[in-house]
Amino acid sequence: MTAPVLDIVGLSIKLPTGADRTLAVEGASLTVLPGQTLCVVGESGSGKSMIANAVMGLLPRPQVAPVAGQILFEGIDLLTLTEPQMRELRGRRIGMVFQEPMTALNPVMRIGEQIGEVFDAHVNVPAAEKRRRILAALADVGLPEPELTIDSYPFRLSGGQRQRVMIACALVLEPVLLICDEPTTALDVTTQAQILKLIRELQQRRGTAVLFITHDFGVVSEIADQVVVMQTGQVVESGPVRAVLDAPQHAYTRKLIAAIPDGEAERPTPTDETTRVLQVQDLCKTYRSGNGLFKRGRSVEAAKNVSFELKRGETLGLVGESGSGKSSVGRCLVGLAPFDSGRILFKGRNLSQGAAFRKEAAGRIQMVFQDPYASLNPRHRIGAAIAGGPIAQGVAKGEAMARAMELLALVGLGADAAQRYPHEFSGGQRQRIGIARALAMQPELLVADEPVSALDVSVQAQVLELFAQVREQFRLAMVFITHDLRVAGQMCDHIAVMQRGEVVEYGETHKVLRDPRHAYTRKLIEAVPRLASSADARAQAVA
Amino acid sequence: MKSPFLRRFTRNKGAVIGLAVLLVVAFVALFGPWLAANDPWGMVQQPFLHPWTEPGFALGTDTLGRDILSGVIYGARISLLIGAVSTVVALLIGVTLGAIAGYFGGWVDAALMRFTEIFQAVPSFALAIVLVAIFQPSVNSIVAAIAIVSWPPVARLVRSEFLTLRQRDFVQAALLAGQSTPRIILTQILPNAMSPIIVMASLMVATAILLESSLSFLGLGDPNQMSWGYMVGSARTVLRQAWWMALFPGLAIVLTVLALNLVGEGLSDGLNTRLDGRTK
Repeated sequence: MTAPVLDIVGLSIKLPTGADRTLAVEGASLTVLPGQTLCVVGESGSGKSMIANAVMGLLPRPQVAPVAGQILFEGIDLLTLTEPQMRELRGRRIGMVFQEPMTALNPVMRIGEQIGEVFDAHVNVPAAEKRRRILAALADVGLPEPELTIDSYPFRLSGGQRQRVMIACALVLEPVLLICDEPTTALDVTTQAQILKLIRELQQRRGTAVLFITHDFGVVSEIADQVVVMQTGQVVESGPVRAVLDAPQHAYTRKLIAAIPDGEAERPTPTDETTRVLQVQDLCKTYRSGNGLFKRGRSVEAAKNVSFELKRGETLGLVGESGSGKSSVGRCLVGLAPFDSGRILFKGRNLSQGAAFRKEAAGRIQMVFQDPYASLNPRHRIGAAIAGGPIAQGVAKGEAMARAMELLALVGLGADAAQRYPHEFSGGQRQRIGIARALAMQPELLVADEPVSALDVSVQAQVLELFAQVREQFRLAMVFITHDLRVAGQMCDHIAVMQRGEVVEYGETHKVLRDPRHAYTRKLIEAVPRLASSADARAQAVA
Repeated sequence: MKSPFLRRFTRNKGAVIGLAVLLVVAFVALFGPWLAANDPWGMVQQPFLHPWTEPGFALGTDTLGRDILSGVIYGARISLLIGAVSTVVALLIGVTLGAIAGYFGGWVDAALMRFTEIFQAVPSFALAIVLVAIFQPSVNSIVAAIAIVSWPPVARLVRSEFLTLRQRDFVQAALLAGQSTPRIILTQILPNAMSPIIVMASLMVATAILLESSLSFLGLGDPNQMSWGYMVGSARTVLRQAWWMALFPGLAIVLTVLALNLVGEGLSDGLNTRLDGRTK
């Protein structure tokens, strides 16, 4: 048996006093073998990123510091090394890729210079040789036209391309260990699939060991050889990927796996409902930016002849990658953004633009926002936040508060929640409050803009359940905006797939997902990481 | 159980000392007439009396035999009064204009910001001198002049806060709920912009006290009020013979302004929720 590249033994990391628990990581042990990928899976706050940062020596000491255990990298305990010794290892022997490619690169440095810094820090090579190796590294990670990329600034690159640059940066000195901290979380599903494939390929070619941090079991099944599941700082389960995914031992692992939306279109409900709550006809919206006195602005078409309709109790899924215009359409639907042309009919009535739109809708069109941390006013008590809308519409204060209490109970929060402030609630609870606030207006149309994408997978399942429940209860028409086809498949009756402002495919969910007609839809569906995929691949290999 | 605000504020030792000094000054300002032994304008002893030579005249007397200790005590009142009132007036102007500019954006924003820039383009102290000179030196005109020269930074600050806050989802949700514009500005956005405004206000009081002292030094103070700046100004000609005449009112100005700056910094720490867990 080969010696492990990284062997973490009984690692404990303390948190500053006053945090919600004393140890961020408690007695965690894991082993990364050469040429293998170890995935650390867990929900936010489980301490998985702490492990990555501890290996790299990036913990914000002294508040957060390892208190017990060893991190053995090729047999040397990293925790005993001094900072200059760690610096020698970082970049040369251990590479790291961060979550957010948009901020990981220095915006005022050319790509080549940024990668060159790794050489400058560790090895002494002539400029020409350095440039040659950087070009090779860029070509290696599949960036088109390395000669052009090396001299361009980060803003010219897309998120996926930047993440490739980061990977090139981490791998350019051929480290034996690569740490990836949620490298694909901020990326679109198709880009994610490409990056995962790239990491896999590079690893096979060079035999690098990979420590991969993620919260997504789909990603795990695509890339992992070994899995470690973490819950509130403790390793609850570890083992080979198939064993963990197919026969999870620990209850928490089973819960996480069960919470993944399966993307099965369940209910093609034939409704006898005929009233159309919403009709959108040829909606067009163009953003113009940078329009100054002396220069022509750039224009982006966020919606191009978008048309669809929605009956009571139905849900339409707007699906697409970031930048496809799905959120812009959502904002037009609720009247938060003006549109250029086309018509939006709400219960058969044509709605005009801007403030008049919101007045005509009289609060019957409501929205649930993406970020549960930004959507509640931090200075308002929950009860007041929910009752504020009805009060503005002329409902008596006592009545509105009573209704707020009912709604809090409905979304599964206690009555005492009304007197508390948003910061006392978790992301999932805040999203429930957001739903209660929308329901307080007794809406007939609910537009949900990526309402679960900021939530952990188990919380996500609960919130989706709540959405389904209130939709049945109030016979709501819903527009559900998401980038996740699995979520859309579970929630929606119809799906409209958007690409660059255009609806490229529109139809019943099960038809779109089972039998996609447009090439882009097929690409999206293929890119979704699936639990079964590696099992399938293995089965094919056997057969 | 201390509130997080108090915990963060008290962790800044300078701020606590500043607050103590400020409380003493405020106490003196409030109860000045009962504390001072003499009328600050009354000629009660021989001129040029050294400090600590006569009982009852701890800080000596000035060129006309007036009691300097009484002058410093009475000066606290006028300095704090002008500092506080002019800051309140400046906040009223600045917050209103900044909020309107930041909330509505577009041409409203452009017009209001150009208007603000007119005031920023004129040297503020020169403008204050001109205003006081035109309207005759009095407490009212001094307050007005200081307020008029110190609101533009407030408007700028509030505008930038509003520009970002109005994009936040909770404001959008309030719009969807049909809440009125003044209600959204006052109850949704303004409370979230209060922290930087409060910190800025504490520093503005300090600046206003300095401005008032400078005006008085130049002889543009209210002739009926004894103020620190006036005392320093009148001591200017005899600085080499009677150092104490300028020193004590000058010290009073330095201490008060320093205390206000320390408190401002403490407030900034206290209102900054992200500072928790970091060492100071």
